[in-house]
Amino acid sequence: MDTRDQHGRTSTGRHSAPPARTRLLVAGGALAALGLTAGLATPLNPAPQQARAGDDGKKTLTVAVAQSVDSLSPFLAQRLLSTSIHRLTYEYLTNYDPKDNHTVPGFATKWEPSADKLTWTYTIRSDSKWSDGKKATAEDAAWTFNKIMSKEGTATANSNFVTNFKKVTAPSPTRLVIELKKPQSTMAALDVPIVPKHVWEKVDDLSEFNNDKDFPVVGNGPFVLSDFKVDQFVKLKANKDFWRGAPKFDELVFKTYKDQDAAVAALKKGEVSFVAGQPALTPAQANGLKGESDVKVNNGPGRRFFAIATNPGARTLDGKKFGDGHPALLDKRVRQALFLSVDRKTIVDKVFQGNAVEGAGYIPPRFSDYAWQPSRKQRLAYDPKRAAALLDEAGYKKNSDGKRVGKDGKALDFRILCHATDPNDKAVGKYLKEWWGDLGIGLKVNCLDDVSVPWYAGEYDLAFDGWSVNPDPDFVLGIHTCAALPEKAKESAATDNFICDKKFDELYDKQLAEYDPAKRAAIVKQMQSWLYDSGYMNVMAYPNAVEAYRTDQIKSITTMPEAAGNIYGQDGYWSWWSATPASGSGGSDGGGSTGVIIGIAVAAAVVVGGGALIALRRRSTAEDRE
Amino acid sequence: MTAADNNPAAILAAEAEAGAPGGPAGPVGPRGRGPRARNTTAYLTYVAGKLGGALVSMFAVLVTSFFLFRLIPGDPVKQMTGGRRVSSEQLAAMRAEFGLDDPVWKQFTDYCGNVLTGDFGTSYQFHTPVLDKITDALGPTLWLTGAAYVLYTVIGIWLGTRAAWRNGGLGDRFHTGLALTLYSVPSFWLGLLLIITFSVGAGPLPGLFPTGGMESGDESGVAYVVDVAHHMVLPVLTLVAVGYAQTLLVMRSSLLDEMGSDYLTTARAKGLRDDLVRRRHAVPNALLPTVTLMFVNLGTVVAGAILVETVFSWPGLGSLFYQALSVPDLPLVQGLFFVFATAVILMNTVADVVYPLLDPRVGR
Repeated sequence: MDTRDQHGRTSTGRHSAPPARTRLLVAGGALAALGLTAGLATPLNPAPQQARAGDDGKKTLTVAVAQSVDSLSPFLAQRLLSTSIHRLTYEYLTNYDPKDNHTVPGFATKWEPSADKLTWTYTIRSDSKWSDGKKATAEDAAWTFNKIMSKEGTATANSNFVTNFKKVTAPSPTRLVIELKKPQSTMAALDVPIVPKHVWEKVDDLSEFNNDKDFPVVGNGPFVLSDFKVDQFVKLKANKDFWRGAPKFDELVFKTYKDQDAAVAALKKGEVSFVAGQPALTPAQANGLKGESDVKVNNGPGRRFFAIATNPGARTLDGKKFGDGHPALLDKRVRQALFLSVDRKTIVDKVFQGNAVEGAGYIPPRFSDYAWQPSRKQRLAYDPKRAAALLDEAGYKKNSDGKRVGKDGKALDFRILCHATDPNDKAVGKYLKEWWGDLGIGLKVNCLDDVSVPWYAGEYDLAFDGWSVNPDPDFVLGIHTCAALPEKAKESAATDNFICDKKFDELYDKQLAEYDPAKRAAIVKQMQSWLYDSGYMNVMAYPNAVEAYRTDQIKSITTMPEAAGNIYGQDGYWSWWSATPASGSGGSDGGGSTGVIIGIAVAAAVVVGGGALIALRRRSTAEDRE
Repeated sequence: MTAADNNPAAILAAEAEAGAPGGPAGPVGPRGRGPRARNTTAYLTYVAGKLGGALVSMFAVLVTSFFLFRLIPGDPVKQMTGGRRVSSEQLAAMRAEFGLDDPVWKQFTDYCGNVLTGDFGTSYQFHTPVLDKITDALGPTLWLTGAAYVLYTVIGIWLGTRAAWRNGGLGDRFHTGLALTLYSVPSFWLGLLLIITFSVGAGPLPGLFPTGGMESGDESGVAYVVDVAHHMVLPVLTLVAVGYAQTLLVMRSSLLDEMGSDYLTTARAKGLRDDLVRRRHAVPNALLPTVTLMFVNLGTVVAGAILVETVFSWPGLGSLFYQALSVPDLPLVQGLFFVFATAVILMNTVADVVYPLLDPRVGR
């Protein structure tokens, strides 16, 4: 007998009356709220293309970003979002032209080396002032560099720029002098934010000061940092006194969206003006936005390369070997065979769905001064037959099972480290298994959330690798020098994948000491040629910067390079400084007032419903008591 | 972690194993007013035992959190500098600053001493005291998961009661089926679906709620509170949808166990309304296993809800923990691990201490 038979519902209705009343009241309240919100939603939640100006007529540009701010202190910040904010709020000595990346004046109007190449003198502009009204001088720059050189925990962010500095002085308000230990060609590419001495010298401990409490933050860039909430937003106000001219948007907001799909939804709705990829929108997201009215997908040449790195045998600075890289990869012919059996065109067409350029040289083609292409004779194009011949020559012949076997009788099986969070790694991994399988080589794709552990330990054979390249290539070349190797086994270090070669090091030192741009570029190209031939770095593709913005909020914006390039994460402030609001647009619509009214309606419905429920529960009669 | 991460069946099994009353409870009166006949000394001994166990667990967490994360190879200082070239003098200065040049035993004793004073060290990636990062993210998490917790507990109990009381009926089958379906849905997928439907708008339905974040950033005072409430609607709805099934099922099964009891027949024989029999007699006794579940879930509220916080860009502890692990930011991971574990231990201890007051058979 089930409980319903036991305790059948009575027909008196008495027991059910209170619940029915309650339900009616709650349902009524909910319906009223929904009706109110639905009624309000349409007029107060206009279509995105009619984005409203704020009550004060302020024009706001909202950028959806995925990263968290690590620090707002220029001495500590390392992440792209944080350093991009510093580019907008502080001047650097120099900047890069948006057309072709050549160095242009920033805080300095002129810079020249001494005859012995060891002293650089910068002429500091006299028309830049801090947002608190004080004049910005060479003294500020000298103080900034000296702080980075100190041992006060200020080496976190920009130490690589000053390790070769001997002394920095400011003989006058418009003259900055930097003395070097040895020649350094990157002196026109010191990407260091200059901070106001009169503000920062009051900070007790620079290693723990995040510059995120007192707003507005004093700066001299095109924008002034005006507000910040952890993992929510960073707000910047236009600096009307900026020496190059005020930005056209009144406010720039970097709003955190941890999920890229949610960010794309926010763009469709008009809550944000721009979505930055991480590092690019996926083909599916980009295709989904292409059909949207008032949305433009910017698909320009990127600054990254996507490569396969081989483990050449991990070792410490003093030559102590560690890790378990496959010994077969110490043979250049094996590395080149792997190179020859990767079809880059298929990777660009199928994995990146056309949103990338086929890889070749180490530096992406958008950096035209330094980009290098192999000659036809040198090119290691897709050629499985040649790859098979090279493997035969190296002593790895196919057995009856079709597997390549070494002289020791062991089958040729490799492991490749893959980033579990990167769908491109996984997709390319499948192709590699197929291509290398045809050659008789086994491959295990080892996808991990954190690849750094086996990477630092040298416990891998191959790895998916990729870097963002700066206009000055010094950093991405330096990570392949012997000096970048770890001091102790398994320690993290500057090295990318344990490459250490005398010839490459010589070329590196030579380019660093070469102050003639054309001659330096020639040396950099030689380095890339060596890297290409070595088979240590197989650059498969240069992924495009795929990002999107609303044309009903942003009328025009500068990409970098200007002809075709990226908007977010530029080497300069050009995109946000140049962005022009669409006519009649107030920028992105946060849905503020709508939200408030709907919120009030929902809250009121909950309060009314809850109150009614409590009132009903309290109306207990004598009959209710035992 | 959400309440939905716990398996109801497993919880019931654990309760049964632990001797908690998953089965029919004897009548404890209309409202459990505590063990009047209980020997106070015995109860205090029982409580002291539980508190002692909690302290031992806490120390185990302290030891684990310190040594477990030190197994990760790599040099924290070099991670802090992002692999840049740094002079050896500067590296040494940074190691000294973070106490990384001390022997491990000294680092451990310092760590224990510091934790007792609430000092979990400084985050490597945010250059901020860990405690500040945790307290910054704790508020948003408590708002989000706390509101969801209250709602899914109330809804779960209410619907579970209704389902059991009309066992086998259309309402029972519908609610149980719907709850189990939602329980099986991945929370991030449901969240995205809600964003597409209720934020962006679908068909004639306009976008009613924000796509993410906790606030618009322009409000203050009452408007700020309302703005936050407005941003909370969809993430809370997601958490409630995937979370209420657990409470519903536990409540339903424990009430079904009660429904054949003699004391309910007695209550009906006295002429009480069916509604009153349910509310005043059956439900209080059936609530006991649900109370245990409530405390277990309350312990996990602090840990936030990583997936939902990510989808809705909610600045809580869940997403902070994810960020801490991805570096790995050792002091932050340690601090969060300690806080999460402490919350669970604390809530389980509270459950252990409170339970004898609700059910006199426990702790004898």
